[in-house]
Amino acid sequence: MGEEKNLRIKIGELKSDIGLLRNLEISIGKLIGEEWAEEAGPTVFPSITDLREWDLKILQRYKPFYMPFCDVCCLCTFGKCDLTADKRGACGLNMAGQQSRIVLLACCIGAATHISHARHLVNHLIEKFGRDHSINVGGLNVEVEAPVTRLVCGVKPKTLGDLEDVLNYVERELTRLLSATHTGQEESNIDFESKVLHAGMIDHVGMEVADIAQVSVLGFPKADPEAPLAEIGFGVADITKPVILVIGHNVPSAAEIINYLMENGLYGGVEVTGLCCTAHEITRYNPRAKIVGPISWQLRFIRSGIPDVIVVDEQCIRADTLVEAQKIKAPVIATSDVNCLGLPDRTKDDVDKIVHDLVSGASPGALILDPAKVGEVAVKTTLLAAPKRMKFKAIPDTSGIIEDAKRCRKCNECRRACPNDLPIPEALAEASNGNLESLANLYEECIGCARCESACPVGLQIHSFIVKAAEKKVKEEKYKIRVGRGAIQDVEIREVGGPIVLGEIPGVVAFVGCANYPKGGKEVAEMAMEFARRRYIVVSSGCAAMSIAMYKDEEGKSPYEIFSGRFDAGGLVNVGSCVANSHIAGAAIKIASIFAKRRLRGNYEEIADYILNRVGAAGVAWGAMSQKAAAIASGFWRLGVPVIVGPHGLKYRRMLLGRKDKPEDWYVYDARTGDKVYVGPAPEHLFYGAETKEEAMVMIAKLCMRPNDTTKGRAMKLTHYIDLSKRLFGVIPDDVHLFVRTLADVPITMRDEIIKILEGKGWKENIIPDPTLLPRLVRKRGG
Amino acid sequence: MGVAVEPWQTAEIPGPKKALAITNPQIVVSLIKRSKNPIMVVGHKAAEVQLENGLLIDYIIRISERAGIPIVSTPSIQSEFIKRGFSRVIGMPLVDIANRLADPEWAGIEGKGAHDLAIFIGFTYYVGWLILSGLKHFSPQIKTISIDMHYQPHASWSLPNMSLNDWGKNLEVLIGGLEVK
Repeated sequence: MGEEKNLRIKIGELKSDIGLLRNLEISIGKLIGEEWAEEAGPTVFPSITDLREWDLKILQRYKPFYMPFCDVCCLCTFGKCDLTADKRGACGLNMAGQQSRIVLLACCIGAATHISHARHLVNHLIEKFGRDHSINVGGLNVEVEAPVTRLVCGVKPKTLGDLEDVLNYVERELTRLLSATHTGQEESNIDFESKVLHAGMIDHVGMEVADIAQVSVLGFPKADPEAPLAEIGFGVADITKPVILVIGHNVPSAAEIINYLMENGLYGGVEVTGLCCTAHEITRYNPRAKIVGPISWQLRFIRSGIPDVIVVDEQCIRADTLVEAQKIKAPVIATSDVNCLGLPDRTKDDVDKIVHDLVSGASPGALILDPAKVGEVAVKTTLLAAPKRMKFKAIPDTSGIIEDAKRCRKCNECRRACPNDLPIPEALAEASNGNLESLANLYEECIGCARCESACPVGLQIHSFIVKAAEKKVKEEKYKIRVGRGAIQDVEIREVGGPIVLGEIPGVVAFVGCANYPKGGKEVAEMAMEFARRRYIVVSSGCAAMSIAMYKDEEGKSPYEIFSGRFDAGGLVNVGSCVANSHIAGAAIKIASIFAKRRLRGNYEEIADYILNRVGAAGVAWGAMSQKAAAIASGFWRLGVPVIVGPHGLKYRRMLLGRKDKPEDWYVYDARTGDKVYVGPAPEHLFYGAETKEEAMVMIAKLCMRPNDTTKGRAMKLTHYIDLSKRLFGVIPDDVHLFVRTLADVPITMRDEIIKILEGKGWKENIIPDPTLLPRLVRKRGG
Repeated sequence: MGVAVEPWQTAEIPGPKKALAITNPQIVVSLIKRSKNPIMVVGHKAAEVQLENGLLIDYIIRISERAGIPIVSTPSIQSEFIKRGFSRVIGMPLVDIANRLADPEWAGIEGKGAHDLAIFIGFTYYVGWLILSGLKHFSPQIKTISIDMHYQPHASWSLPNMSLNDWGKNLEVLIGGLEVK
C-alpha cells in the first residue's frame, strides 16, 4: 500500500538575520485527507498486488478466452517468435501470456492518455486559477465529489492542488504496470490480467481527476439533469460564417477560442464547431458551440471545406489531418505536446506574424502551446482566411465521380480494405453508369476510415464519393444533444439506489466508447431508446452519446429531447466526454456508499463486491476501437460491471467469459450465515462480444441480473430478458431456469409457460442470500 | 491459387500456420466422415445471404440433415431454423460456443463428449477470423473447417475466396457428396 504524506508550511511573517519574509508558503506536498473522519479501509493508494486477491476471484469465474490477432510476437529482438498453438517464444512466454501482455499494453496506453490529459489540465488550471481553487462538481447536490478517488486513494480532494497528489499516485502505478510488459517480467497470463484490472482502476481515477478539475473551474454544468440542449450534426454549422473546427479531447485551447470571441464581441460572427470529445467539452463550456459528430465524421467534415481553421489538441485525431487540411487550404493549429504534427513551434512568436503566415499559406500550420495565444491566433486567422478560402472543398462533383468511377479496375482491393466489407466495387460500377444511389447507401455504415482510398490502385477518392452521393442526407444531419452534465447528484443516488439494488429498476445501461460500428451509429440510438422505454436508467458518454443524438423519431425529435436527463428510470443521461465516464463508475460506487452506507475510503474490494452482487449495471461499447476504451472497460470489470462490445470489439483479442454450465462457478457466501449458496450465472459474463445488435440487447437485459435482486426485481428483470428474447430471437431463453431462485421470481404474465420449463429442467427452489464473495464480510460462520 | 488463399480482408495476416485450402468440396465430405462427433457453428449471415437455391440457411440445414450434424447457431437466427421445421439446433452466442469448444472437458452440445470437428459458416469475416484464431491456438483437440465464401486462414481447412455464385455451387457439391443419414 502506498502513502501520500507530504507537508505544507505557511508562515505569515518571519524575521531573520537576512531580512523579513511575509506570507511565505512552503509546500512539500500535503497531508491529505486529515479532515475526513471516515476510517480508512484496507487499500488506500493500492499497489499492483493489493487487490490481486480480488482480481483472482473474478478471473476464476470469468476466465479469459483469447483470440490472438497475430500468431507471432515481435516486441523484442529475440523475435519474431512463433507462438502458434501455445509454443513458447525465445523469452519463454506463451501465447496466453503474450495476449494478456498486449491487453495490458493497450490498457496502459489508454490509462496513460487519460492520466496525462488530467495532468495537463490540472497544471493548466492551477496556473490559471491557483492551487487552492476548490473542487465543486455539483454544489450542495454532490457531497461525494470524487467517488473513484475516495475509493481508490482514500483521500478527499478539496482543491485543485489536492489532485496533484492523486496524479502522483496514478503516474507511479502506471509506470510499474508498464514495466511489467518488458521482456522477461511477468509470465502468468492471469497476473497480466490482474494488472490489466489495476490499469483500468487507475484509468478511472485519472479520468475523474480530469473531469472534476474542468467541471470545477470552467463553468461546465455541475451534475445538472437539465443541462441545456446543443446542436449536433454535419448540417448544424452556419456556413455563411467563418468556421473554426476543434478536434480532440483536451479543452483549454478550445475554451480560449470561445473566450477570445466573447471578449471581443465576435461570437455571433464565427461558428465554433467540434469533433470528438473536445466537441462535448466546448458545449459544456458554452452550449452555443456546435458538435459536428464523432470521430468518424473527421474526414468528411474537413473535406467538405466548411472549416476555415482546424485546431487540434490530443487523442483520436486522424494522423492525416494536416494533409487533409491542406487539400482544402485550411491552416492547422496544433496545441498539444503529444500531437505536434511536425509543425514549427510558434508559441513564443508574435500573434500577428503567426496569423500572417497561416493566412498567406506561407506555413500550413503552427504548433502553439499557449492556450490563450491559440484562442487569439485561431480567431484572427479564421476571420482572415475565410474570405480567401471561400469554403474551398475537396469533394468532387457528381460528374467527376461518374467519370472517375469508370477508371475502377474491379480489383476488389477497396472492399478487402473496408472494415465493414461494404460492397464498394458494386456501388462504383453503378456510379460509372450514372447511378449514385448505391454509393449513397454506403454512407450510414461507413466509419470514415478511408482505408478504401489507400487501397485503391488508381487513387479513387472513394470516401469523398460516398459523402457526395449522400449529400442530401448529410446536409439534413441536424439534431439535439443534451450537454454533458457531469456527475450524478447524491440525491438522485438516494432516490434510485434502493430500486436498483432491489432490482425494481431493471438496470443501469451505459452506452459508451468510440464509433467503430458494424452497421452505423443508428444501432446505438435504437438500443438506448429501447432500454429507456423499458424504464432502465440509460447513461451515455463520448462518441456513443453523439451517435444516440443523431437519430430522430417520427415527430422529428432526437432521443435527448424525448427522455429526461435525470438519473432515474426512463432517463437518458449524457455525462459528457470520455473522461466523464468516471461519473458512471462514480454512480455505481455512490450507490454502495450513499444508499447502502458502505465505507468508501480506500475500501475497493468491498465496494466492488457490492456492485458485482447488487448493482444491476452493464456497459455497452458498441463501437469501441481505442486503447482508452480498453482501459475504461477494465476499470469497470474490476468494479464488477460487465461490458458488452460490438463485433469489432472482439479485436481486443480477449473476452472474460463465465460458464453457466458449471454450477460450481456460481456460489457466493451468504453474509448472514457464511453458507455457500448457488445464485446462478448473474452476471454471466464480464467482457462479452456480440455479433449483432439483437444479441447485445438480450445480453444487456441478462447481464443486469444480480444475486441480490428481490423476487419482485428479479421478476421484472426476467420479464425484460424473456420478452426481448422472444421478440428478437423468437424463442424463450433456454437458461431461464438458472435465473429463477424461488417461484416468486417468475413473472406473473409468463407463469404457466415458465413453470412448465422449470419442471422440465428439474428445477429446485433456492434461497436468496445476502451475497458476497468475500469471507471477511460474513457476519456469522455457517456449518 | 493467388488471391484465392489470401485473407479476404487484406490486413488480416495470420502467421506461420495457415488453413489448408479446400480445393474440392469432397475434402469436407471426407473430413466429416472421419469425424466421430462433428458440430456446425452458424452465424447470423446464414439468414441474410441469398444463393441460387435459397437462403444460405437452407443449404446449412441440408448439410446438417444429410450428414447428421447438430447445429449451434447465433441466437438471433435460431427461430429461422425452427420455422423451417429443423429442430436439431441450439441458439448460443458465438463467443460462448467457442469458449466451450476450447474446453476439452466439455460434454458437447448433445452430451456425447468433446467435439473433434467444428464447421463454421455464416459469419462476418473478421468475427470468424478471430474466433477461429482462438480455437487454432487454444484447442488442439479440435479441427475446424470454414465453408464461408472467403478464405479463413485460422481454420484447419478453409474454402478459398470465391464469388457468391461459385460458393453456392461448391455447397451443392458438398451436399451432394454427403450420404443421407
